[in-house]
Amino acid sequence: MTSILIRGRETSGLPATATVKAPPVTTAIEFRDVSKTFVTRRTSFSALTNVSLSIPRGDIFGIVGYSGAGKSTLLRTVNALERPTSGSVFVNGHEISALRGRALYQARQRIGMIFQQFNLLQSRTVFANIAYPLALAGVAKPEVVDRVEELLEFVGLSDKAFAYPSRLSGGQKQRVGIARALANRPDVLISDEATSALDPDTTAEVLELLKRTNAEYGITIALVTHEIDVVRSIADRVAVMERGEVVEHGTAYRVFSRPEHPTTRRFVSSVLQHVPSDETLDRIRRTHSGRLVQIAIDNPDASDPYLSRISREHGVDATVVFGGVSEIAAKLFGSLIVELSGDDRAVDAAIRDLARTVSVTEVPHG
Amino acid sequence: MDEAYFTALIPRIWQALAETGLMVSVSFLLAGILGVGLGLLLYASRPGNLLENRVVFGVLNAVINIIRPVPFLIVAVSIIPFTRLIVGTSIGPLAATVPLVLVASVAIARISESNLVAVDPGAVEAGAAMGASPARVLFTIVIPEALGPLVLGLTYIFVALVDATAVAGVVGGGGLGHLAITYGYQRFDWFVVGVIVLILIVLVQSAQLLGNWISRRVMHA
Ligand SMILES: Nc1ncnc2c1ncn2[C@@H]1O[C@H](COP(=O)(O)OP(=O)(O)O)[C@@H](O)[C@H]1O
Ligand SMILES: [Mg+2]
Repeated sequence: MTSILIRGRETSGLPATATVKAPPVTTAIEFRDVSKTFVTRRTSFSALTNVSLSIPRGDIFGIVGYSGAGKSTLLRTVNALERPTSGSVFVNGHEISALRGRALYQARQRIGMIFQQFNLLQSRTVFANIAYPLALAGVAKPEVVDRVEELLEFVGLSDKAFAYPSRLSGGQKQRVGIARALANRPDVLISDEATSALDPDTTAEVLELLKRTNAEYGITIALVTHEIDVVRSIADRVAVMERGEVVEHGTAYRVFSRPEHPTTRRFVSSVLQHVPSDETLDRIRRTHSGRLVQIAIDNPDASDPYLSRISREHGVDATVVFGGVSEIAAKLFGSLIVELSGDDRAVDAAIRDLARTVSVTEVPHG
Repeated sequence: MDEAYFTALIPRIWQALAETGLMVSVSFLLAGILGVGLGLLLYASRPGNLLENRVVFGVLNAVINIIRPVPFLIVAVSIIPFTRLIVGTSIGPLAATVPLVLVASVAIARISESNLVAVDPGAVEAGAAMGASPARVLFTIVIPEALGPLVLGLTYIFVALVDATAVAGVVGGGGLGHLAITYGYQRFDWFVVGVIVLILIVLVQSAQLLGNWISRRVMHA
């Protein structure tokens, strides 16, 4: 990151990093210095390198990254489908990466998982698919029937109870997958690209269902996706992965409004046009000779007409050269790149003044 | 072809049909049990699976690969001492059953294994993720998911057995094949050959239809 952060958020005490929900008291999932090396006959490949990350209880936590970044590998350590080469993974305070045999099988019953390809059992009806994990947990027959009916109702598939998966649409299959994952009332739900095989409308429906799952049952959801849009629409917090490392993480609001790592910026700019990609930034630098500042629009309540005010008070010209404002988690955010022209010292003063109201970052030339 | 011709032929055909039925059903039943069992063992002992065991897997694999390409006739002849040991004779339908079981078991083992291996790894992974033990995954996910294609594979073996019994007939096994050769072919009675071939076609066709129906019932694809 080449730009200089001028302290604005901290001094002005803006609620930029406040989450949509109350701050979590405990941690649902914790990755502690997790590394994973895949060793094949000839080569060894480091898929995860010292990943440390905490996922607060009750959150929807999005893990984004390009294909091959190590997202699935990381997610699969949560239910020990993959074991870290070093480091440990805690789920609800228990070290899942240390469990073996029966203890592990029992722990997995409390961790729901949904998949890109749904992974339903083709030889069983929808009802039997959802009942499967209940049988594993030794739930009594009459209870199983009640629970499955309740789940079918929750995912809106009561009329498909005795259909076979091959007769369902992709969205319906994923609903069954979700119902199955929720059967044993898990504390944690993990999702590996659960909407990546679905069309946009169906994706929205499934995400809505996940949101409802999180809101109604308070289940912590960790979801992995290469689609930043998925994260934008439901995640409270985001981690960005690249080459086996978490390169940036924070609240969705912060990551989207002030992406720091180049990869994050690339992701964010692909869906939010107001954050310039590094290429766009270069072009702006070439075509504007004045000093450039990036202003984060993350204080929508501010009534301060800051642009016209600094222009008037410091005698500088302020021109918006790039930007936009959108909404995430019911909050406005965005960013503007403003060109400030005038006497260097006046511009300095104007920037300091701006920083009292908004979060402002100078974009260096060159 | 007069009435005497038919009164002589018809009981022979019934008897041959009964012999063929006995050979096919007994060997199919025994080979089914043995073959599916071996197939399961082969699958489970594969590297990375439930009972991972390189020695068991390697030996089973090698034995199957050695027996499978050998023509049935040669297998039948070369295991005659073993057949005598088991059923006390090397002639007749019961004796023919021994090499039939051997050959069919090996084929069924391979077919079972490949159908088990072909089960969607996603379904297996879902089972593990839900907290099913590897044994539970094998019996409640892998086998049920493999059942549809497995039934088709078994049907194929059933048909192959009908064919093999005809060959067994030539080497003294009795049955429809034996009748077709001794009563038809060697006496230039093409009518008998035609009737027997027709019976075999009906037998095979019914078996195939039944197999298709069962596999559709269990597959739901
Ligand atoms: N079982 C494995 N053996 C060897 N390499 C693997 C294995 N699983 C994943 N990898 C490698 O690890 C890297 C990260 O994979 P993955 O976690 O699936 O990435 P993502 O989900 O972000 O696309 C990839 O380069 C992949 O090829
Ligand atoms: Mg992946």
